[in-house]
Amino acid sequence: MGTLFDKIWNAHVVGQRLDGRVLVYVDRHVIHDLHAPPAFAKLTKTGRAVRRPDLTVAVTDHMVSTRPGRTETSIPQTTPFLTRTQSGAERLGIRVLGIDSPLQGIVHVISPELGIALPGSTVACPDSHACTVGGIGALGLATGTTEVVHVLATQTLAWKKPKQMRIMLDGALAPDVTAKDVILFVIGHFGSDMARGHAVEFAGPIARALPVEGRMTLCNMVTELGGRTGLVAPDTSVADWLRDRACAPAGGDWARAVSDWDTLHTDKDAIFDQDLRLDCSGLEPQITWGIDPSHVLGLSGRVPDPALAPPAQQDELRRAIDYMQLQPGTPIAGLPIHRVFIGSCTNARLSDLQAAAKVVQGRHVASTVRAVVVPGSTSVKREAERIGLDRIFRDAGFEWGEAGCSMCAGVNGEEGAPGERVVSTTNRNFAGRQGAGVMTHLASPETAAAAALAGHIVDRRTFS
Amino acid sequence: MGRFQSIDAVAALLDRDNIDTDQVLPAAFMRGIDPDYGAGLFALWRRDPAFVLSRPGWERTSILVSGANFGCGSTREHACWALDEFGIRVLIAASFGEVFRDNCIRNGILPIVISPEPLEQLRALLRDASGPIRLRVDLASQRVSGPGFAMTFEIGAADKTALLDGLDEIGMTLLQADAIAEWERSEQVARPWLQTLRAAP
Repeated sequence: MGTLFDKIWNAHVVGQRLDGRVLVYVDRHVIHDLHAPPAFAKLTKTGRAVRRPDLTVAVTDHMVSTRPGRTETSIPQTTPFLTRTQSGAERLGIRVLGIDSPLQGIVHVISPELGIALPGSTVACPDSHACTVGGIGALGLATGTTEVVHVLATQTLAWKKPKQMRIMLDGALAPDVTAKDVILFVIGHFGSDMARGHAVEFAGPIARALPVEGRMTLCNMVTELGGRTGLVAPDTSVADWLRDRACAPAGGDWARAVSDWDTLHTDKDAIFDQDLRLDCSGLEPQITWGIDPSHVLGLSGRVPDPALAPPAQQDELRRAIDYMQLQPGTPIAGLPIHRVFIGSCTNARLSDLQAAAKVVQGRHVASTVRAVVVPGSTSVKREAERIGLDRIFRDAGFEWGEAGCSMCAGVNGEEGAPGERVVSTTNRNFAGRQGAGVMTHLASPETAAAAALAGHIVDRRTFS
Repeated sequence: MGRFQSIDAVAALLDRDNIDTDQVLPAAFMRGIDPDYGAGLFALWRRDPAFVLSRPGWERTSILVSGANFGCGSTREHACWALDEFGIRVLIAASFGEVFRDNCIRNGILPIVISPEPLEQLRALLRDASGPIRLRVDLASQRVSGPGFAMTFEIGAADKTALLDGLDEIGMTLLQADAIAEWERSEQVARPWLQTLRAAP
């Protein structure tokens, strides 16, 4: 008897290493252009071979341009990352999805979308949002660059087993309230350091009712809760979502896999190190106001007053208010904005773009706002164009980009200008994250779309 | 793999919690293929002449003292490379981002977690000093000391050995190469769909 996490972890333990760390087998190793070039160089230096190139996939996402008509040389500073990812992967016999591939996209979007990540599998990725694949019941393992070299050479990770936490999400969501609102609420409620050292399982009626892509949004931001990885138990909706995907098991393997996935749930008598509940009934759409993912408000909320906060928090709140150029007590709705970014591994799957398009349809972006949509993958972009979403966005005055991380991380230079206020569907609002002096408000695609139309932060449910 | 024994060096106080890796190394400094990571360390903060690392006397800081959740956010190991290239050997905080902490060990940087009371004592010592303060950190004896301040700290045996002796992690893992091969053989029987990755069309 055990937790979902126990079942996946225990099934992958190869043994214990001399130093007491547990060797965990990596079923899928997905790497990207920010870490692949230094990792390939380090591997070559050690003189070791890649143990399982056939279980490894490299993709370009962080460093690519997302501007229409992009090429490998669109951003001269990042070109070497793209060419070294491509040439290194080819030299090592690793499949690579570069910008010419119809399957290219953000690593955490393509892993489930192509069926590379599967329920019950371990998926190592050198990125803190590796936890995204928890939405389909895959165990995401976030690594640094040195660990990439270790996985390439051994197909294992040497970890200490994390502690375990369950968060029961009780209640039911109003129709316009999304997975993003739930996870922002969870982080705002518990804090951005709360899940340190833990693997987090989301359970309860809200987690169960979320569509598969929403569960990925939920798990995506476990790292903003401080957690090591996140999971939602897979159910038949996950199998339906995965069926016939490019790398998903086929033939007899498919039936065997689906029957194996039936066992992937937490047993009734399982014990967690921390077992928490949060009632989400009556939840309104959420948005961040400050420079930490836990600085969260409902859209009817007001910027907090540091003077009323516990003394230990006052400095942090004052710094956040100063950086964000806000006044204590100001309603968050009505705050004028300069930019809207709809994209990232948090919120750029097809259902996210559909939800935003529904808000945008037949309207126009405010003249003071620059609004951009960057699909999470080239496959998402293709499908969105097939059903006409690109037309809806373009007609409304949105820019329509190519797939990549873009201004979520801004590593490729796509970022805002100092003093710009951005509503962004991404996962981090740290000071300077989207460019020096840029003020980021995290929200759902629906809330971001409504802000683009209104020119200020607004509750789309009251916006007409 | 760098090694760490002991150090006697200037310490700087970053007097806040939740310093994320976007602050440690802003994304702009990861763009070039072989960038000067040391120049990128706290680059946005260092534009401010009043920031501790910009002030005369702290140019050769090797010890940083901060609050809770240091190194949260992006797992960029580049943040550790920036600390390393700048010359930071020791971090002292109430807690660390987990991947960041592991990355520090791998890059020969000693992350020390100390409990609130002695940490506040140390922070007060640095906060109230009129000039740079030197601290001595010794890993073998697990001791931090400075003017009017001394304490011991805890560190896991594996991490301590890795820092003191250097470590070939891959070599250590490959001592179990047979076990890995055996695991793969049994998985090929139990869950063959995970031992192959079907080619995308």
